[in-house]
Amino acid sequence: MTDGAGYRIGGGGRIDRSHAVTFTFDGKSYSGFAGDTLASALLANGVRLVGRSFKYHRPRGILTAGAEEPNALIQLGIGARTEPNTRATQIELFDGLTAESQNRWPSLNFDVGAANSAISRFIPAGFYYKTFMWPAKGWMFYEKFIREAAGLGKGPTEPDPDRYDKLYGHCDVLVIGAGPAGIATALAAGRVGARVMLVDEQQEIGGALLSETTARVDGMSAAEWLTCAAQEFAKLPEVRILTRTTAFAYYDHNSMSLVERVTDHLGPVADKPRQRLWRVRAKRIVLATGAIERPLVYCDNDRPGCMTASAVRTYLNRYAVATGRRVVLMTNDDSAYRTALDLVNAGVTVPAVVDLRISPEGEPVQAARGKGIEILAGHAIVKVHGDAGVKEVEVARMTDDGKGITGPTRRISCDCVASAGGWQPTVHLHSQTRSKVKWDEALQAFVPGDTIPGQNNVSIGAAHGVFALADCLREGHEAGAAAAREAFGDGDAGASPSADAGPKEGPLRPLWIVPGEKPVGRGGKHFVDYQNDVTAADVMLAHRENYRSVEHLKRYTTMGMATDQGKTSNVNALAIMAGLRNVDIPSVGITTYRPPYTPVTFGVFAGRDKGDFLDPIRKTAMHQWHEDHGAKFETVGQWYRPWYYPKAGESMHDAVNREVKAVRTGVGIVDASTLGKIDVQGEDAAWFLNMVYTNAWSKLEPGRCRYGFMCGEDGMVFDDGVTSRLDDDHFHMTTTTGGAARVMSWLEEWHQCEWPDKKVYFNSVTEQWAVMAIGGPLARKLLGELTSDIALDDQSFPHLSFREGTVAGVPARVFRITFTGDLSYEINVAPSYGLHVWRAVMQAGEKYGITPYGTEALHVLRAEKGFVIVGQDTDGTITPQDLGMDWIVAKSKPDFIGRRSMLRSDTKRPDRKHLVGLLTEDPKFVLPDGVQIVEHLKEKPPMTMLGHVTSSYWSPNLDRSIAMGLVKNGRNRMGQTLYACWEDKRIPMKVTEPKFFDPEGARVNG
Amino acid sequence: MFLITCPYCGPRDEHEFSYGHEAHIARPTLEQQNAMSDAEWADYLFMRKNPKGVHFERWVHTRGCRRWFNVARHTVTHEILKVYKMGEPAPSLGTEKNP
Repeated sequence: MTDGAGYRIGGGGRIDRSHAVTFTFDGKSYSGFAGDTLASALLANGVRLVGRSFKYHRPRGILTAGAEEPNALIQLGIGARTEPNTRATQIELFDGLTAESQNRWPSLNFDVGAANSAISRFIPAGFYYKTFMWPAKGWMFYEKFIREAAGLGKGPTEPDPDRYDKLYGHCDVLVIGAGPAGIATALAAGRVGARVMLVDEQQEIGGALLSETTARVDGMSAAEWLTCAAQEFAKLPEVRILTRTTAFAYYDHNSMSLVERVTDHLGPVADKPRQRLWRVRAKRIVLATGAIERPLVYCDNDRPGCMTASAVRTYLNRYAVATGRRVVLMTNDDSAYRTALDLVNAGVTVPAVVDLRISPEGEPVQAARGKGIEILAGHAIVKVHGDAGVKEVEVARMTDDGKGITGPTRRISCDCVASAGGWQPTVHLHSQTRSKVKWDEALQAFVPGDTIPGQNNVSIGAAHGVFALADCLREGHEAGAAAAREAFGDGDAGASPSADAGPKEGPLRPLWIVPGEKPVGRGGKHFVDYQNDVTAADVMLAHRENYRSVEHLKRYTTMGMATDQGKTSNVNALAIMAGLRNVDIPSVGITTYRPPYTPVTFGVFAGRDKGDFLDPIRKTAMHQWHEDHGAKFETVGQWYRPWYYPKAGESMHDAVNREVKAVRTGVGIVDASTLGKIDVQGEDAAWFLNMVYTNAWSKLEPGRCRYGFMCGEDGMVFDDGVTSRLDDDHFHMTTTTGGAARVMSWLEEWHQCEWPDKKVYFNSVTEQWAVMAIGGPLARKLLGELTSDIALDDQSFPHLSFREGTVAGVPARVFRITFTGDLSYEINVAPSYGLHVWRAVMQAGEKYGITPYGTEALHVLRAEKGFVIVGQDTDGTITPQDLGMDWIVAKSKPDFIGRRSMLRSDTKRPDRKHLVGLLTEDPKFVLPDGVQIVEHLKEKPPMTMLGHVTSSYWSPNLDRSIAMGLVKNGRNRMGQTLYACWEDKRIPMKVTEPKFFDPEGARVNG
Repeated sequence: MFLITCPYCGPRDEHEFSYGHEAHIARPTLEQQNAMSDAEWADYLFMRKNPKGVHFERWVHTRGCRRWFNVARHTVTHEILKVYKMGEPAPSLGTEKNP
């Protein structure tokens, strides 16, 4: 049967024997064939030990042949491309593949951590919770060691070099799973003409048919029929087949997330994305996701060589690999007999089929008997020998209730144990939508219940507990035709593919713990959850300690919590708990299925949204000039704003001081383009501004500007800015840089939802204007040289007004407004002229020593004047009155947003937090922003906090530090000494008015 | 991700929209405001329904037409039972539950 030392069968399988592939596992070189998975290639090479278990470091082998694999978790690839916890059963072999086993040290065969297994009776479920919790502080110490000892693979430490893409998909019918049911669905829907997507996680369509050697469809072998189906799909232009694609998350309203592994099977290649994230919206979804075989829970069922019967069959038929030379089967249903027959037909010795049922009489059983296979009915495997791999099993007759054994044991030499414990439909995607599952007594499995409203899907075939091939094909055809009719329209779905009715199978015997020689937990281990090392004894312990609901059981034992999310273990654990509680299985409940179905790498979620593509970058029209002149930038939202312009040898402190002084003594220029700008028009525009601002706007004359606060309906400040009246029904509103979008939505929401009858229109014009403010005593003189049609004397162009005219030869709006307290003009021009005007201003200003300044100097300048920055000196709990700006709240106008809240007893309190000035006793000391303020110092915290410092700077014009802060009852504390406290610092400071420079405001006139 | 049918643009993916809050909360008139106690005002300002069942709420098509509209959504299944324009009354769906 097999060649030489290997386990490869001489013929058959879907591997390409003409294409040998070399790979390494734990540094040793092996060879396999194209079409192999890492698991099948390792098995073909006789490698049975592939990892160590999570907690006890027990030697582990390959259990399954699919997504449900709990044991064979592999560290794949090296360096920046290394990926932990990949399932050997799903890794396609490619030339040069490098794989390592996990959770072992120093080597897989000799592992120090395996000592845990020897002391396992002292580290049962809940051990960590019980042991390392006292003293509470100790956890910080223990955790390091526990995390080191436990755990799986290791994440890469370098940035991911691969590229990932994202795509949207839309279709009439989305079919998940390309087994016989899914293929029949897609064929029927595709023939009708519907747009179909057929998705499968494997590299080729076929599903269970890929492991079939005897089944016949439409009179052909399974392989021939799959070829025909693929040919027909190629002729249906609206059918898209996505192989190597896992549907991992089913979200609301029929949206499914898929991850397509584009080049994983080729190894690192540069010219294509590694994976793609698909978000598909489908009118109708057909779930043909198949079923997963449950292993039986028997004594020492984790020895390498213990596998599921269906996996043994898949390795044999699809990959032409014998999982052993002598394979003993243990089963509670008839499906394992297919494996037994195929093994015998392939020349593998099957010493016995151990059947837990007392008198199995299904047709497959009779067929096996006819082949001369020994069937030990009513027997159990009570012990498995062989530390590094199965060598021998002990078999005994069970008592009729299946709870113990009777009579002597018999030893059977073997190197593989294939167990079959029934099939659990893959209900994951169905359940992710919060649709319920229901218990099927005959199948002893959960099947999909009703689909919740808002989703539109159906589960077919094995995914809803229908296993016969003929039934799967018929259901698929019907589902495809119906889905196409519903989502697309009428058409000819053609004939359903057909298959012979298979052999009639006998009933399954639920026996959730296979008895051993000794009581469970007293010798040997009955593993339930392989990946998290949870045994039947642990479930029993949880029950004894009253962790009996499924959610408690899960958290106490960690059952079902690993990367496999309990695909092979959940139902076994629930059933054992139900038995202990003496209730039926649905009463124990089932844990919630959540995405993803299998782990998805982070890179594919990030896609291209990383580095420079993470977020848009917004630059002003003058950005290039700033860059050319050495500006340091700070980001404000998405905007890049000049922070300061250091000259050679200058520190930030030096540069900011120079810039601040220049504005007070000569002239400075700042790029203010980022301020939000909203064009407001309509006959009710003034009415609207009256509602959204706290001050009054009706009487503002065209040509004049006014500073205003916007408050929420709760009376708290949320944005500020200067708005100018261009005409009776036309305003130019400005907002903070960060608040622009928020204010725009705010205006729209109130207009559309509350006052839709008002005639007013809002347009964001932030990027329609390049804005530069020139400020300082020489600003008027300078501007005068750049315009000939705007009169600049106080009479013609007073503070808080605007004029239209020409600046540097281009049309401009000039606003005489200031955020520095000095005479200042904001020149607004079309952005295409921005750089031109800026250069013209710089050129004309050279003789006056014009100084470009950044946001840092701007902040110092405004703080010297006590002007607030919304969001820095306020935090959403501060009213205009708290800021000492009662004057900005209209007393005469009837209504505005926030008005009623300002009359609440709490907002009227005289001792709320107020914005005050804070001057440190040591004038050289600059407080850090955000530090807490206290009145009565104590030896150590806690102390009563009165508030915090909101703004703090060095003021070169005052030659001392200045600060503002929000202080409880602050305005009634003028002259009082308070303390800024942080770490070991206690800094005394005096409470003052928040106006430090030019308190009478004379400088706005230059 | 929801599929939301904007009354102006048609069915679009949820990421084009922003959720607002509970719908049909009319701002009290000036007379009403002045007659309201602080507690009643706070009720208007802060208290919102949180039903297990049908919720009437408003959404805005932020990355589309920027129009606000109302949605009747089931908070358990996320089924969208109706989408209707601002100013239209809440539909009677016969499935509402008290919060």
